[in-house]
Parts: sequence; structure tokens; C-alpha cells
Amino acid sequence: MEMEQQTTLAATLEDESAHAFDSTVARIWRVFWILLIVTLVEIALATVHYFTGMPPVLLRNVIFLSLTLVKAFYIVAEFMHLRHEVKNLILSIMIPLLLFIWFITAFLTDGNSWRVDRERRVTQTEQVSPAP
Amino acid sequence: MSTIASTQKVNWKGGVSPYNVSYGKLMMWFFLMSDAFTFGAFLISYGTTRLSASYWPDPNEVFDKAPFINAKLPLVFVSLMTFILIMSSVTMVLAVHAGHLRRRKEVAKWLSLTILGGILFLSCQAYEWTHLIEGGTTISHNMFGPIVDGHHTPGPAAFGAFFFTITGFHGGHVFSGVVINTIVLINVLKGTYDRRGHYEMVEKVGLYWHFVDLVWVFVFTCFYLL
Repeated sequence: MEMEQQTTLAATLEDESAHAFDSTVARIWRVFWILLIVTLVEIALATVHYFTGMPPVLLRNVIFLSLTLVKAFYIVAEFMHLRHEVKNLILSIMIPLLLFIWFITAFLTDGNSWRVDRERRVTQTEQVSPAP
Repeated sequence: MSTIASTQKVNWKGGVSPYNVSYGKLMMWFFLMSDAFTFGAFLISYGTTRLSASYWPDPNEVFDKAPFINAKLPLVFVSLMTFILIMSSVTMVLAVHAGHLRRRKEVAKWLSLTILGGILFLSCQAYEWTHLIEGGTTISHNMFGPIVDGHHTPGPAAFGAFFFTITGFHGGHVFSGVVINTIVLINVLKGTYDRRGHYEMVEKVGLYWHFVDLVWVFVFTCFYLL
């Protein structure tokens, strides 16, 4: 009787383990397909833009950056398992990364202003001193 | 709600990890966060320089070759590299998962495939670098400037400098990942983690490997798409 119970218990455990195995593996492959499809969409968009010039560069870049963030989310959340960690850990990792918002805004604005400034000066020089 | 609050209080009193992870995994997370800032600084300085330039080479014109194919194929080769790296990330998660179930042979199988993926990626990068360098692109010179009277002119020197620095730094990470994965694979085969009672080491190198994949996602966008 006891042995029978043990066998049943073992069988149940094995079932559960096999079940957990299947659902986790299925989730891993689901994330793989998401990453692959997003990458293919990016490449398709790049190719379409290369040959037709559509959509406009700004819109294209916004789409590229959004899709990049989608991929980053799935890698960090599922592959690196961060989504399933405790909230303390998630916050400790994610909050410092918010610095990137300032970092990107400040530096890209700076780079852009250098170009605008230089191009403005070039135009002015052309206006004040016409070619001999 | 109150249960959660009381559990958290207990967690911060010591004796257990308030993060519910081991010391090693937590330190890996903190290391990866610092590494994210390193790569972030590289990519943002690249973006700053690129935005400050009046002209920048079109990636579709620069990266348009694939081995064994004598035609213009923008992005095809680098897409293959991206696929290889995503695939190796998947095999790494499968290795970590097999480690949870303590299935030694499966861990060894998936880890070997991950290492193979890493080596393939590095080989692709070696081809790409060789192709670019043979075409005259270095950290101080390239011919991807605007076409004047049908002739190529020198492009912004920073293009090569940023490209080789950032993809090289990423490739260095892939290379060290391959080395560390190999060390862990040897330990798996020797049964070290069976004796230890857990496969946490596979999880830790797994975190590092996924991070390398994550960085590539951003490098791919910044250098090949934008």
C-alpha cells in the first residue's frame, strides 16, 4: 500500500516536472519567435526605406528605436528572468538606468547644436563674403 | 497587502536575501548594470558625434557584402549575425532551464551549442572587419564620404573609430563569454555542479551571455539600421 502511494507520488512529481518543463520551454521559444519576427520587421523596414525612401527618416528611426526597446524588454524580462524576480531587485536594477534618459537627451542635443551652429556660420560666411 | 509588507520587513532584517537571489547573481546584475553604462556611454558619444556631423555614411552602402556572394546585399550578412546571436541566447536559456532540472547531459548539450553560436558570431565579425579593412576603412580613414564627380571621397574619420571601437568592445565581450562558457562546460562535464548540488554557475554565465545579446540589439540598431 505504502509503496503504491510512493509510486503514485513519484509519478505525480514526474508529471508536474514534465509539465513545468514544457511550459517553460514553450515560453522560451515564444520569446525567440518574437525576437526573430521583430528583427525581420526591422530589416524589411530598412530595405523598403532603402529602395523607396518611405517612410520618412524620422518616422523610420522612431519605429527602429521602439522595436529595439521591445527586443530589449523581452531579453531582460524573459531571458534574463528579471520579470520573475522580486520587486526590490527589479527596482534596484531599473531605477539607476533612468539616468540614461538625461544622458541621451543632453548629449544628443549637444551634438545636434554643434551641427546647427556650424551650418549657420557657414551660411553667414557665404553671405558676407561672395566669391571673387 | 499587509502580508506582503510584513514579508518585506522580515526580508530586510537579515538572515535572508531581500532580493531573493544569491550574492553571486546579485553581483552579476550589478556588474552588468555598470557594463550597460559603459556601452551606453560609447553609443551615446557615437550618437553625439554623428549628429554633430553634416554628413554621415549610409549603413546600407557600407555594409552591403556577404561572403561567397558577389552582389550588393545591404544588411543581409549582419542579419545573419543577429540571428546567430539570438539563437545562442535561446540555447543558453535552455541550458539554464536544464540546469534547474539538474539534467547534466542536456546542460552540456545546450551549453555546447551556445559556445558554437558564439564562435560563429566571432567568425562573422572577423569576416566583416577583414572586408572593411581591406576596403581601406581604418580607425582614422574611410572612403564613405559623399560621391563627388563620380569619385568616392574620404568620409568622417570618426565613423571607423566608433565602428571598430564599439563592435570590437562587444566582440571582446562575446569572446570572453565564449571562454567563460567553455570553462563552465568543462565543469558541467566533470560533474562539479552535481557535487555542488546546484547549477547556479550556468545561470550566472547565462545572465552575462544574454547581456551580450542585449548589447548587440542596440549596436545593431545604432550602426546598421539608423
